[in-house]
Amino acid sequence: MNFLPEASGFAPRIDGLFYAMLGLSALVVVAVFTTMLVFAIRFRRGRNVDRSGESHRDLGIELTWTLIPFALFVGIFAWSIRLWIDMRTPPGDATTIHVVGKQWMWEFEHLDGQREIDTLHLATGQPVRLVMISQDVIHDVSIPAFRVKQDVLPGRYTQMWFTPTRPGTYNLFCAEYCGTDHSRMGGAVIVQTPQDHARWLASHATGSLAEQGRALFTRYGCAGCHDARSSVHAPRLDGLYGSTVPLADGRQVLADERYLHDSITLPGSEVAAGYAPVMPSYKDRIDEADILALVAYLKVRGTDRETPHASR
Amino acid sequence: MLPAEQAAPSYLTDGNTLRSWLATHDHKRIAILYAVSITFFFFLGGIAAALIRLELATPAGDLMSADTYNKTFTFHGVVMVWFFLIPSIPNTLGNFLLPIMIGARDVAFPRLNLFSWYLYVAGGIFTVACLLLGGVDTGWTFYTPFSTMFSNSNVMLTVVGVFIVGFSSILTGLNFIVTIHTMRTTGMTWFRLPLFVWSMYGVSLVMLLATPVLAMTLALIAAERLLGVGIFDPALGGDPLLFQHFFWFYSHPAVYIMVLPAMGVVSELITAGVRRRIFGYRFMVYSIIGIAVIGFLVWGHHMFVAGQSMYASIVFSILSFIIAVPSAIKVFNWTATLYKGDIAFGAPMIYALGFVGLFMLGGLTGLFLAATALDVNLTDTYFVVAHFHYIMVGGSVMAYLGGIHFWWPKITGRMFSEAWARFAAILMFLGFNLTFFPQFLAGAEGMPRRYHQYPAEYGLLNILSSAGAVLLAASYLLPIGYFLWSLRFGERAGNDPWGAEGLEWTTSSPPPTHNFEAPPVVTEGPYAYTHP
Ligand code: HEC
Ligand SMILES: [Cu+2]
Ligand SMILES: [Cu+2]
Repeated sequence: MNFLPEASGFAPRIDGLFYAMLGLSALVVVAVFTTMLVFAIRFRRGRNVDRSGESHRDLGIELTWTLIPFALFVGIFAWSIRLWIDMRTPPGDATTIHVVGKQWMWEFEHLDGQREIDTLHLATGQPVRLVMISQDVIHDVSIPAFRVKQDVLPGRYTQMWFTPTRPGTYNLFCAEYCGTDHSRMGGAVIVQTPQDHARWLASHATGSLAEQGRALFTRYGCAGCHDARSSVHAPRLDGLYGSTVPLADGRQVLADERYLHDSITLPGSEVAAGYAPVMPSYKDRIDEADILALVAYLKVRGTDRETPHASR
Repeated sequence: MLPAEQAAPSYLTDGNTLRSWLATHDHKRIAILYAVSITFFFFLGGIAAALIRLELATPAGDLMSADTYNKTFTFHGVVMVWFFLIPSIPNTLGNFLLPIMIGARDVAFPRLNLFSWYLYVAGGIFTVACLLLGGVDTGWTFYTPFSTMFSNSNVMLTVVGVFIVGFSSILTGLNFIVTIHTMRTTGMTWFRLPLFVWSMYGVSLVMLLATPVLAMTLALIAAERLLGVGIFDPALGGDPLLFQHFFWFYSHPAVYIMVLPAMGVVSELITAGVRRRIFGYRFMVYSIIGIAVIGFLVWGHHMFVAGQSMYASIVFSILSFIIAVPSAIKVFNWTATLYKGDIAFGAPMIYALGFVGLFMLGGLTGLFLAATALDVNLTDTYFVVAHFHYIMVGGSVMAYLGGIHFWWPKITGRMFSEAWARFAAILMFLGFNLTFFPQFLAGAEGMPRRYHQYPAEYGLLNILSSAGAVLLAASYLLPIGYFLWSLRFGERAGNDPWGAEGLEWTTSSPPPTHNFEAPPVVTEGPYAYTHP
């Protein structure tokens, strides 16, 4: 592709498939056009050529041009699926960055609490997982130079991952139509060398996201019920993340990010077994950015990563 | 034969009052009513397209405000999809030709046929009213929760308009299916049907089975927007992806509503231009039915990045590759039909060959989008815009115009200027490619669709595209001129000016009210061309 750089680990692999398909398509187009042209010239009206003979026994030909494209398609499909599964499977060492989309801006929150608006700083070589949610309508994070794109939904986390490979500044677009300023909802992704990026992170340090979450946990009154000393019968939440939670209706769910998110906004929909459904819904009292911080905090609560900076 | 022919008045002269048109039960007159109304909407949608290309000629959003731009592309999409492309071939050429091609006097339910047209007009009035009252800005896709809870424009009016016009499709589909089942003349067995009739059968099935899902989805939008019932908006406990599943369950098959008829038309045009039987008639029939059926199983390819599960996407991807096989078969069969033909390059043939080329490019680029890993980069960009315009404008509109040229002498009894018609066809082909080919490049470079302003690096490609649109517009205006001219001054066409086969060419031009003097009897398969 001519002016779009290949700036992520996926980009060359995706372009490889793209060019392979382009080559194949060109072959088909040239073959069909040439055949048409040759027939058109040879058999044009008024020209004296042999036109006798019906084309009745055509089963063999039909099967040939049914099965050959079919086989090619299956081949391309397999190639594309291998890539696709990689694109959908973030590696364990990916850094998580939280993204909130709203009409018409992007908010990014790094693990250590650095917040950015419409700009995202990343380091080369470091796999990144974006965990994204929208506060209103559907948006879409699209970074063409990385060849990645993912819709950002209200009320549900979606994620995507990639590894930036080339320092530079790249376009960031909202690719899902979202109203008036859809075409202005974008900004830049700035990829830095690991050293520059570490310097950038240090100069923008605030409390980590989990620490902000701990403060919010008290501010929103969660602690009043969930702390050990509380008189309300409510679950402790320590080490909850990643465990399997039995629900009052007999189901079992994995306590992942979605579960934590929904426990705050829709507590009545999945009630933990053994507890009364007394937790209030925070849906209209809290924005997605604060929920992100709370979720980040709940993920480390009761683990050895809870004490600040123990993790890094 | 000749005296009898003069005795029966043609359908055009059988009554001259406005009432004799607006209350007609004659399928041919209803076809004309449709032709006039869809032409009106085609130019309305075309004006919107021209404004879009004008705005995009420069990277900055300088011609209109962002809201106006959003309303313009929404209007363009809504009008072109529901008020032009979907009814185009089925309701004009289909209405006119289907009964004649199977040797019938009319469709099975003539009154219902007229009622369908009135539904179309009613839907159209709502849509135009919406435009006059300030327009709608949801995009033709009405994605939730934007359309239900966030848009401040006339969403309800448009939704009602599309809802109504949907019933017009459903009734047409029903009417055609019953007509083909019950009204074929003596000797017209299923495998003697012209491919155009088969394509009408396939498209009717899709209209009848898919459109109710659209109606239901629109009704749910109304319920959420007006009554606040939580269906799609998560803030009300709904699920926004549910909407996309419903919408594409209709709208993918709708692509085939637009393309199957075009394939039917092109099969007629090519056989007549080549004076030869279609190559692989049965495979052509099976592929029409195959496309109609598999078309219902691929909607998820619009949702690879929407938040759909990875495994669902894998299944939808392979099914989307599979549906390309019958389309490929058709392209190869059309090409093979040229072999040992007696090929003349009249305007209809140029349109037909143009269709094959552009449809092939549209189809091949569709495979890029069916490949999940590539779709991630290409979806929601101009690549998709170019892809579906190759199918719908390069494909369906070329075929529609080719068909209008081919059957014009039959419909009006007059010939048009062949030289002008060829010129327009070639201009259209060139203008089309200049408009939409650069969009493939812009999309592959990442330019998102539905953008009122865009980064300067996409400027050159957009200027090319806007320049192409000028040629394209000219090529759509030209036929209006020479067709009007032909109505008055055109040479009289005999029964069969092209030397084509098919029942429609055995009756007079224009045909009498009940199509034939006596019910024709069919003794052989279609396209029974004999060699010179
Ligand atoms: C009025 C007391 C009360 C308050 C205030 C409260 N909760 Fe709860 N919470 C409960 C109870 C009781 C349950 C168990 C029943 C249920 O699942 O709804 C619960 C369940 C949960 C769960 C699921 C636990 C599990 O084991 O599955 C999470 C997560 C949670 N709360 C987080 C929070 C957060 C974060 C806040 C503050 C924003 C909060 N809660 C505020 C009472 C409360
Ligand atoms: Cu957006
Ligand atoms: Cu589709």
